[in-house]
Amino acid sequence: MKVLAALSGGVDSAVAAARAADAGHDVTAVHLALSRNPQSHRTGARGCCTIEDSNDAFRAADMIGAPFYVWDLSAEFQEKVIEDFISEYSQGRTPNPCLRCNESIKFEAVLERAMALGFDAVVTGHYAQVIHGPNGAELHRAIDPDKDQSYVLGVMTAEQISHSMFPLGNSTKTEVRAEAEARGILVAQKPDSHDICFIPDGDTAGWLARQIDTEPGDVIDAETGNKVGTHKGAQAFTVGQRRGLALGNPTGDGERRYVVDVDVKQNIVMIGPPTLLDINVIEAVNPRWSGPLPVNGQDIEVQVRAHGESLPATVEVTADGVVITLKDFLRGVAAGQAAVMYEGTRVIGSATISRSRRVS
Amino acid sequence: MAELLAKPGNPSSLHASGRLSRRHVEEARETVARVLGARAGEVVFTAGGTEADNIGLKGLAWSERELNPAKRRVVVSAVEHHAILDPAEWLNESDEFELTLIEVDEFGQVTPEALRKALGDDPSDVAVVSVMLANNEVGTVNDIAALTAVTREFGIRFHTDAVQAPAWLAVKFSDLGVCAMTVSGHKVGGPHGVGALIISRDCNVTPLVHGGGQERDVRSGTLDTPAIVALAKALEIVEQRRSQEVARVSALRDQLVSRVQEIAPDATYNGHRDDRLANNAHFTFPGCLGDSLLMLLDAQGVECSVGSACSAGVPQPSHVLLAMGASANDARSTLRFTLGYSSTQADVDALIDALPSVLERGRRAGMPKS
Repeated sequence: MKVLAALSGGVDSAVAAARAADAGHDVTAVHLALSRNPQSHRTGARGCCTIEDSNDAFRAADMIGAPFYVWDLSAEFQEKVIEDFISEYSQGRTPNPCLRCNESIKFEAVLERAMALGFDAVVTGHYAQVIHGPNGAELHRAIDPDKDQSYVLGVMTAEQISHSMFPLGNSTKTEVRAEAEARGILVAQKPDSHDICFIPDGDTAGWLARQIDTEPGDVIDAETGNKVGTHKGAQAFTVGQRRGLALGNPTGDGERRYVVDVDVKQNIVMIGPPTLLDINVIEAVNPRWSGPLPVNGQDIEVQVRAHGESLPATVEVTADGVVITLKDFLRGVAAGQAAVMYEGTRVIGSATISRSRRVS
Repeated sequence: MAELLAKPGNPSSLHASGRLSRRHVEEARETVARVLGARAGEVVFTAGGTEADNIGLKGLAWSERELNPAKRRVVVSAVEHHAILDPAEWLNESDEFELTLIEVDEFGQVTPEALRKALGDDPSDVAVVSVMLANNEVGTVNDIAALTAVTREFGIRFHTDAVQAPAWLAVKFSDLGVCAMTVSGHKVGGPHGVGALIISRDCNVTPLVHGGGQERDVRSGTLDTPAIVALAKALEIVEQRRSQEVARVSALRDQLVSRVQEIAPDATYNGHRDDRLANNAHFTFPGCLGDSLLMLLDAQGVECSVGSACSAGVPQPSHVLLAMGASANDARSTLRFTLGYSSTQADVDALIDALPSVLERGRRAGMPKS
């Protein structure tokens, strides 16, 4: 097949592209420029978005023997990922920008352009597996549970999955690093990228404060309704958060206080004991299905955080989205995060959490 | 060049090997001067066009400013190569200088009227003007002598970036009326990483690099004898073959242009029709991203270029096209086909064969957000 490999400049995408070439595919490499003004030098342990990363990607492509190009997707990234991130936070939700990037950039803008230019598939270094089953291409978890990235790919449609290749899904990170070393790929020991690529110093709250107009507001005890402190702006808080409250222990019962609700309209942060965070029903909107829809009441597993556990649940598909009922209580679910549904290792689909509640 | 690479000898050394090396450099200097219509003493060798442009612009600006502190303006055309635009903007960001851009017409050409407009009512504060002889993207050639006629009225120093010119035009430094002129090795078939700034003896430039005082103290640093000799040789060959190559290549280029226009009637042929380098064909293909076309043509063995690329290789809309009045989308939809002394009919045929399917795919992929 004629495939387009997206090379970030990191070790995973380089090995993925090399494996695609070894498998006999005709590989062309692209580095996605996601920032208009890329930083000249890497600042900290990043895995994308600097000129050095672009150079690393070029060197990896050259070793594989793939022609290399840079695609400027900075305008799309600004609109679909960064502005969405700010908009979601300003509405009191906690978005996952990596998921949004996969949805709007890598497997939409890039894949569509690749198909139009005559490529059959896009290859990335994500840890996930595409398995061709009776219902077509299915997205499955990677075999390495520590690296599995099927959660951030949960937004992919069946059509997109059928034109994607994830050659690392059946390997562990240790194996991939060893293979990169053996292949002489110079980035073999480059640190993994974490956090959010467009916030290089990792200070999300500080970054958001520069993007969103915030005003001080009240911190309210959810149990008593009393004001127990002030905050610098409700948008910077996430349900389940404890750090940054600086309240000490207002009730003297020795129990820690967590953010249990954020009301951006009234600029109020509600706090309470961790038991108030325990929920068992999740409502989620804008579902994207990776294959056939689940039947109502179907037993599934759901994951609500990038590195979260897989939780047993049942699902109902509604007119607005899905209602997921967990078998056990779950602590601290933030609106805006994705709920990715699984049947065994197979991704059923994902939806954006709009509300969570506790039903006895 | 290969033979010289094996020989020792710093041209600044006094021993026999040094003297031999020096002889090679001085002979090369004389050749460069003769081909470019300058005097040998006016030739300053550099490590390429960018360095020569930087010395030409900053060196002249600083030197003029030193003589007369009122001279605090640099005036360059909006379509200059980044080797001029970026140092000009760098000077502008300092407190010492201000930058005025000269507008170009729809063909990318600088007219004497546009230059006068940029100089303004009181040009006494202008330290230096820099306008390129021929544009690297659209191939438009400027009438430098007509422009220096304007600056001469006000006694303003003039630099020209002539990097694109010598292979296709008989450049005579002494006829241009400029103070300084840049040439580069690889644009005349010579090596990369070597160039020259021709500086009139009556012009002073402040050096950018300080050291051993080589090259009239304008450009310190040990000279790269093999590269300098190769630059001179390339200019000599260009001088011998130019008139015949201009005739041959411009005929090929004209054929390429008309065949492209047959395939893509909506394509715009950019740049000046007549005042143009013989080897340049530059098009806008509406609705196709230049990068997509480049990638598709590259896959078929046809090598061409889009506008300019920054160091990260992130394609930007061409500042040249934008200055010529193109929309941002059109400025990203361009491709430049440049021919050389080695280009053949078969090369043009290969492009024309590949182009229809490439354009079809490019149109399907469409334009990204700008």
